[in-house]
Amino acid sequence: MLSEELLGGIFFYTLGFVTIMETTRQVFEGINVVEFAAIAAGPVIGKHLADHGARVVHVESYERPDGFRQNYPPYKDNKPGLNRSGAFGICNNNKYGVTINLKAKEGVDLAKELIQWADIVIENFTPGTLKKLGLGYEEMKEVNPDIILLSTCNQGQTGPHALHPGFGSHLSSLCGFTYMTGYPDRLPCILYGPYVDHIGVGYGVIAAVAALEHRRRTGAGQFIDLAQYEAGVQFMIPALLEYSINHRVVERDGNRHSFAAPHNTYPCKGDDRWCVISVFNDEEWKALCKCMGRDELISDPKFKTRPARKEYEDEVDQEVGKWTSRLTAEEVFKKLQDNGVKAGIVQTIADLFADPQLKHRGFWAPVDHPEVGRCHAEGPPFAFSKTPFKIDRPAPMIGEHNELVFKTFLPAGKKAQRRD
Amino acid sequence: MEEKIKLLKDCRVLDFTNETGFLCGKILGDLGADVIKVEKPGGDESRNLGSFYKDIPDPEKNLYWFSYNHNKRGITLNIETETGKEILLKLVGKTDIFLETFPPGYLKKLGLDYAALSKINPQLIMTSITTFGQSGPYKDYKGSDLVLTAMSGFMSVLGDADKPPVRPTLPQSYVWIGMHAAEGTLMAYYHRGMTGEGQHVDVSGQAGVTWALSIAPSFYDLNRELPTRAGSFITGRSITGAILRAVYPCKDGYLAYIIYGGPAGIRTNKRLVEWMDSKGMAPDYLKNKDWSKFDIATVTQEEIDQLEQAYMKFFKTVTKEEFFKYVLENDMLGYPLATAKELLEDEQLKARGLWQEVEHEELGTTITYPAFSTKFSSIACGFWRRAPLIGEHNEEVYGEIGLNNSDILRLKKADVI
Repeated sequence: MLSEELLGGIFFYTLGFVTIMETTRQVFEGINVVEFAAIAAGPVIGKHLADHGARVVHVESYERPDGFRQNYPPYKDNKPGLNRSGAFGICNNNKYGVTINLKAKEGVDLAKELIQWADIVIENFTPGTLKKLGLGYEEMKEVNPDIILLSTCNQGQTGPHALHPGFGSHLSSLCGFTYMTGYPDRLPCILYGPYVDHIGVGYGVIAAVAALEHRRRTGAGQFIDLAQYEAGVQFMIPALLEYSINHRVVERDGNRHSFAAPHNTYPCKGDDRWCVISVFNDEEWKALCKCMGRDELISDPKFKTRPARKEYEDEVDQEVGKWTSRLTAEEVFKKLQDNGVKAGIVQTIADLFADPQLKHRGFWAPVDHPEVGRCHAEGPPFAFSKTPFKIDRPAPMIGEHNELVFKTFLPAGKKAQRRD
Repeated sequence: MEEKIKLLKDCRVLDFTNETGFLCGKILGDLGADVIKVEKPGGDESRNLGSFYKDIPDPEKNLYWFSYNHNKRGITLNIETETGKEILLKLVGKTDIFLETFPPGYLKKLGLDYAALSKINPQLIMTSITTFGQSGPYKDYKGSDLVLTAMSGFMSVLGDADKPPVRPTLPQSYVWIGMHAAEGTLMAYYHRGMTGEGQHVDVSGQAGVTWALSIAPSFYDLNRELPTRAGSFITGRSITGAILRAVYPCKDGYLAYIIYGGPAGIRTNKRLVEWMDSKGMAPDYLKNKDWSKFDIATVTQEEIDQLEQAYMKFFKTVTKEEFFKYVLENDMLGYPLATAKELLEDEQLKARGLWQEVEHEELGTTITYPAFSTKFSSIACGFWRRAPLIGEHNEEVYGEIGLNNSDILRLKKADVI
């Protein structure tokens, strides 16, 4: 426990943030966010804003808690409980949790007070749901003319399939990712979790910041319609061009690459341990052969050039695999990288928690949760030189901040009726 | 509704990225920024990656280049020459955002790192994209899509349990990184608007792709359980450890269908059984099943296997299109496994106006691209121009910093541009 705290300190110290942290504002300091959102696609957008200083209020109700609290493992020690969810934890650190029953008129009134307080509202209900509750964009504007409303959903707010219910794991397939993953002689492999939701999160953060910048310039809020499906399509553009121009569908091909060999996963010492090696040119091939102690392969006509290596790729893979299986994945990674060959460890999640590079970046931020205990939030993929992220609170327990938010945050501070 | 504005129209971006960072500049361009893609004289190596227009291996016809470099102007510049450096410094004076993917330390050696450039332009935002980050034990190690997919942990949850882990065949890590870099860059830009302060943004590819793991890390963090690859199945939904089939073969391809609980899941299962029954393919145990007692969080493998067996048989008699139509009409969860072909034909994407025909006059044709995916009520996002040819805007851009045509000719001869 102590060493993690110490590491956090060293991280800031080595990057010279110690004094700056006292004086510099965070990117979203002073920005208030309200989320009528659940699972991943909406809440993770808010998480990124919270990591950089926004005050983010996550709204749920006891009737309908966030789906990640109750329908999805993991739970701490495998014991289900509203405040024991790992999935909810990883999507909601540094937020304030409140409960409002939006089916009651008083609840809607209270929600409107929050909207009045907010700069941005994030929602990921089925299109039209908030409107039915009396909390559509028009109603929001009545109480807060400059509000930014970010609506994110599977298929978008408009169009013939707008109301079709879908989960992220299905959407990965509709977007084309599943079809392109796996071995040619096996069924396609499903991508882990709601893959496309997280692409939508990236585009959601971009949309939120763009709208804030627009408001900074013009003073006006706006409505944003983000379809996770369309965000996913952005990650498919080369396959779309390949089809529309060259009339070829990108087929799953294991780890092979049309222009590189060797380019694969190779077995290493230990149980289910793997490394990857990708060689794009003859220079890298030469370096790899030297590392393997197989100088004779450099000039072997079967392996000498890239086209030759592509032709005899199965043999190339065998030779490389023979060498890697005598070493640990870590040994292969270090040896090859130190000699200019692009190589890696197929890191398990346990490896990620021990990864010295991620540690150096403070990626796993320790937080202490009242029921779960010590756990970790994920830091952002970017580090700012002057406005560092700050993760210092776990995801809220359900309704944990009702008092604080309704009594202190809301300007009126009056205690409205609610179920808690 | 008020008029839409080109949000970043007064924002100038110098884009020194390779394929690992293209998407970042493209997104800024989609939002209206004047993005100038800077290549080496003769063109970037990244123009030779992947496939080509009509399979003609020409750096001006590279499809990956087309995919993520539109909405950028293009110039050439050799920053390793003294003259090239001087020109760069002139450009930097008029630049808001500097994007780069050089190895850590490279720009410092040239005297062009953030510390040096911010002296000329204190408001400058520099975004540096690398495999592992600007500092730390792995900073000098090199990456590829395969390396990033492995080192981020993403690969450990992809692939069949009895085969080596796999990456998605279409590289995903570079677009993850480019997207994250755009997030960080825009955040720094907003901060500059509020405070006048520029800064350096250090993007780590490894950390970026880790976000593709979704909630998987929490299994290990809370309970020391290790999510691992399960092929066409999903794991982690039942505390009994039951795994659920997610991919079924159908008549003309594959379907994504997962047995879920909850109101939507139960509705889906019931309606599937009705459909099967209408074709005489629902076994009695399915017809008589009491779905109200079905709980996905505690379901056993035995019960799942029995259901999936019947579904598997039925789906083989159904086409992708029939399935898609049926799930849409009946409010069910599930989709076909689409390819680019189905995406381009999809009614929803068409109705939303996602596709844009873009003229490539240099090829004498038009190419269909997806537009920027977010619809703002007050920000115009457009497809303003196709990806640039090599040095296409040299005269235009260098003209803007006071160089005339004979200067440009001289610089070309000296291999500076």
